[in-house]
Amino acid sequence: MGKKRVAIVGTGQTHHKSHRPDVNGQELINEAVQRALEDADLTIHDIEAVIIGNMDHFEGINYVDCWSVDGSGGTMKPIIKLTTGGTTGSTLAIGGYHMVASGMFKKVLVIGWEKNSESDTTGAITTAFDAVWDRQVYAGAISGLAAEAKSYMDQYGATNKDAARVVVRDRKHACNNPYAQLRKEVTIEEVLNSPMLSDPVHLLDICPRTDGACAVIMACEDVAEKITDRLDWIWAAANRHTYTYLGDATYGHLDSLTRASQEVYTKTGITEPRKQIDVIELYQPYSFAGIMWIESLGLAELGKGAEYIWSGATDMGGELPINPSGGVIGCNPIGATGLIRCAEIALQVTGKADARQVPDVNLAISTGFGGCFWSDIILHGKNKPDY
Amino acid sequence: MSKLERLIMKSGDAQQPFNYAVGMHGSKFFNALKDKKILGIKCPKCSKVYVPPRRVCGPCYEEMNKFVEVGPQGVIGTFTILRYAFIDPGTGERKPVPYGYGFVRLDGADTLFQHYIDISKESSLKIGARVEAVFADQLKGMITDIKHFRTID
Repeated sequence: MGKKRVAIVGTGQTHHKSHRPDVNGQELINEAVQRALEDADLTIHDIEAVIIGNMDHFEGINYVDCWSVDGSGGTMKPIIKLTTGGTTGSTLAIGGYHMVASGMFKKVLVIGWEKNSESDTTGAITTAFDAVWDRQVYAGAISGLAAEAKSYMDQYGATNKDAARVVVRDRKHACNNPYAQLRKEVTIEEVLNSPMLSDPVHLLDICPRTDGACAVIMACEDVAEKITDRLDWIWAAANRHTYTYLGDATYGHLDSLTRASQEVYTKTGITEPRKQIDVIELYQPYSFAGIMWIESLGLAELGKGAEYIWSGATDMGGELPINPSGGVIGCNPIGATGLIRCAEIALQVTGKADARQVPDVNLAISTGFGGCFWSDIILHGKNKPDY
Repeated sequence: MSKLERLIMKSGDAQQPFNYAVGMHGSKFFNALKDKKILGIKCPKCSKVYVPPRRVCGPCYEEMNKFVEVGPQGVIGTFTILRYAFIDPGTGERKPVPYGYGFVRLDGADTLFQHYIDISKESSLKIGARVEAVFADQLKGMITDIKHFRTID
């Protein structure tokens, strides 16, 4: 029983905003699904199975797999729900890939969504952590990320200004993306002068909270080429999750991304990612990650991430553009965020990215990040993988 | 009421209390804390000392039985100072910002232990700075028996 090759044949996303009181959950989901079906020129009747996810604690309602069927199109179809914290969206993509690659489903609809406006994001994130040991001092994603940044700065001497340069890049890129929430450029001074949330993280260093949904349709090689000739082939995917208590993590190195990317590179024969990869959508919830995690991806030596950012290599037009969409700094509907990275790369590979298109994309990476330093990574390609 | 007025419905002050199991290892930790002792646990295979103590060393997948006393002094592994207000889902109250959030490597432990860190001498807060646990006046066998950690001159 051989593994099937898998391609993305269509994507859709909402115009992400801080508040969408005009739609409830299933209506928000429906917007993304309709756009993905339209993009692939398919109807919901062509879809064999649905895989959907979010982080329940943001909305305080469980079982989106059940209550959203009107919106998702899942009525009387097999549905699986996946939720893995911040990595939910990328885990959904990997789950869809596995379902189609198994040969058991030819066309699978993958949906990630979140309505972060419905609760206090930091309070809700805190409930993902151990009630006895972790919640007392923990302050949501920002506190853990701040501790990571502090450790990295102590080890390698990176500065707030280095991090601000990453924000300037992503906010500039977001202006090219009609789906992004924050579409206004900022300067390094504005980042440095914005309120300090949790040392060393300023308000403008961190992603916003967002309402939004994303849908991706995956098909196996037997049918994908009949649906469209603009295919984004999934070459490989890997993920590493590690966490018991917050104090167990290594602060300053994203070990999970190092390990996951090594697996993908080894599987696909990538030896010089900087030269071989054409564009990356990095799940980068705050600026410092834009320096640190590109080191974990093997794009720069340890401690040299900032130098690579300042060189302009990751800007549009540079050697290896990162986050042409504006990334997570541009919008963050958490359960959708990892899937948006995947969808944005599908647009890049298929030449559908309009004003944010990077020319001649052959190989590209999307990633996911979550909770206590988990990582997902997907390698996408224009050509069908030959293994 | 115009037809578009009610776009949002509030959930009200609903509460959902939980009863969380602390487990045998956690319970032993909290009972020792009443005597101002901080317990870790050592893996028989890799010798790593974990705080808080737990039953299994994840990487080795070995059951651990050997409790060891750690701290009450240690060094700051990393830290931050929280300056933005948010709701504590455990109490429904606003967190007392600003507050120091420290990851302390207690003497004799390999993992970090997170707790409040005193910020009254903010300039003394540095990665690698030595700290000590400050215990509460009344010891109840709870995580709050440690008030916070403070830097040692």
